[in-house]
Amino acid sequence: MIKEKFSKGDSFFHKLDPRVKIVVTLLFSVIVAVSDKYTSLWGALFLAVAAVIVARLRTKEVISRLLVVNSFIFLLWLMLPFTFQGEKVYTLGSLGISQEGIKYALLITIKSNSIILVGIALLSTSSIFNLVHALRHLHLPDKLVQLFFFTYRYIHTIHSEYIRLNNALKIRGFKPQTNLHTYKTYAYLVGMMLVRSYDRSKRVYNAMLCRGFKGKFWTLNHFVSKKADFAAGIVMISCVMGLVLLS
Amino acid sequence: MHISEGILSAPVLVTGAGLTATAVGYSLKKMEHKEVPKVAILSSVFFVASLIHVPLGPSSVHLILNGIIGLLLGWSAFPAILVALAFQGVLFQIGGITTLGVNTLNMAFPAIICFYLFNRGVRSENNFIALTLAFVCGFLAVLLSGTMVAVALVFTGEPFIQVAKLALIAHLPVMILEGALTVFCIGFLRKVRPEILEI
Repeated sequence: MIKEKFSKGDSFFHKLDPRVKIVVTLLFSVIVAVSDKYTSLWGALFLAVAAVIVARLRTKEVISRLLVVNSFIFLLWLMLPFTFQGEKVYTLGSLGISQEGIKYALLITIKSNSIILVGIALLSTSSIFNLVHALRHLHLPDKLVQLFFFTYRYIHTIHSEYIRLNNALKIRGFKPQTNLHTYKTYAYLVGMMLVRSYDRSKRVYNAMLCRGFKGKFWTLNHFVSKKADFAAGIVMISCVMGLVLLS
Repeated sequence: MHISEGILSAPVLVTGAGLTATAVGYSLKKMEHKEVPKVAILSSVFFVASLIHVPLGPSSVHLILNGIIGLLLGWSAFPAILVALAFQGVLFQIGGITTLGVNTLNMAFPAIICFYLFNRGVRSENNFIALTLAFVCGFLAVLLSGTMVAVALVFTGEPFIQVAKLALIAHLPVMILEGALTVFCIGFLRKVRPEILEI
């Protein structure tokens, strides 16, 4: 099953208004992504780690997410120090390790990890439905918001369809290997997923029309911004702005 | 094929975000309300396909399917892929917010190219022509995506040229695999449910 592993909890971030969280995360990510000053990036990493601690998430889970991201960054560490021009700190045969390259790889590592950590602490602590609801309040186009809602709903049904088909394959002794038979089987599996979900989408849409759907989603439980939400938003935004001043 | 956060330079990120926003806006305007469930279905198929790992030699790769998504959706491939990538970012921390524009462009632009090039062909009455074009479609979609990833990296900085080359070469086997998969998948749909292809 596809789980929202961080969305349950009762920390400060779990209770905060999702609209505030989206705005702050976006601002933070953009500023960190375009920054190239060490002082502000170390500051960003500090803020990000602090945010994860405040969100009280399971450390093991957070680390496993970071490992996935850093496996790609590791590849850059293997290449960038050699491909950068500049002063060589160490020569290995014909290859020179340049200081610039190491600095650049470090820069990317800090940036990437801080953005991911803030994403985990702020965004992943809300349920997807709340986030999408918040997107609506942030005035994203109606159809796009509906797409988010429908897609999230279908991801679960299509994924369980996939698991069902995959189990059927396993029961019949299918062992995936590098050969045409395997690829053919997977292609048919995808085809079957498409066929079944097309039928389902038609049924669902007709059912919605029967219940008077006119292209608009009504929300029943609106967010109520408390003063605390505003205050928290202002504090967080000033922290992020502090990063700009540092650079 | 996702580019992670923190790697690309500001001009590349801004260009990607701008182009994606324009394309998504255009396609949302064209999209009718009754099409929304269909687009969402394909968006989720794209998402779930990225969780399906198929063996390739000693390692395994996940399905991309942006060629098929393009064939079935046309311009709507843009919002569909945007939504799927956004969910991947929030649920698995793959990709990210600032790179969402670039990553969507890298996946969805090839999808639309494939739509315009092969839209008629894969619906042709001649089975051989249809399936040959299906292969080219799957192959080309990944080739273009890989090239665009490489271009984004090179525009970020010259030292990335080696990384970009590696990324492109690593995708060669994936192109062939996606081509083969697209042939079988389109063949399956033509036999089982031609309505989906609107034949």
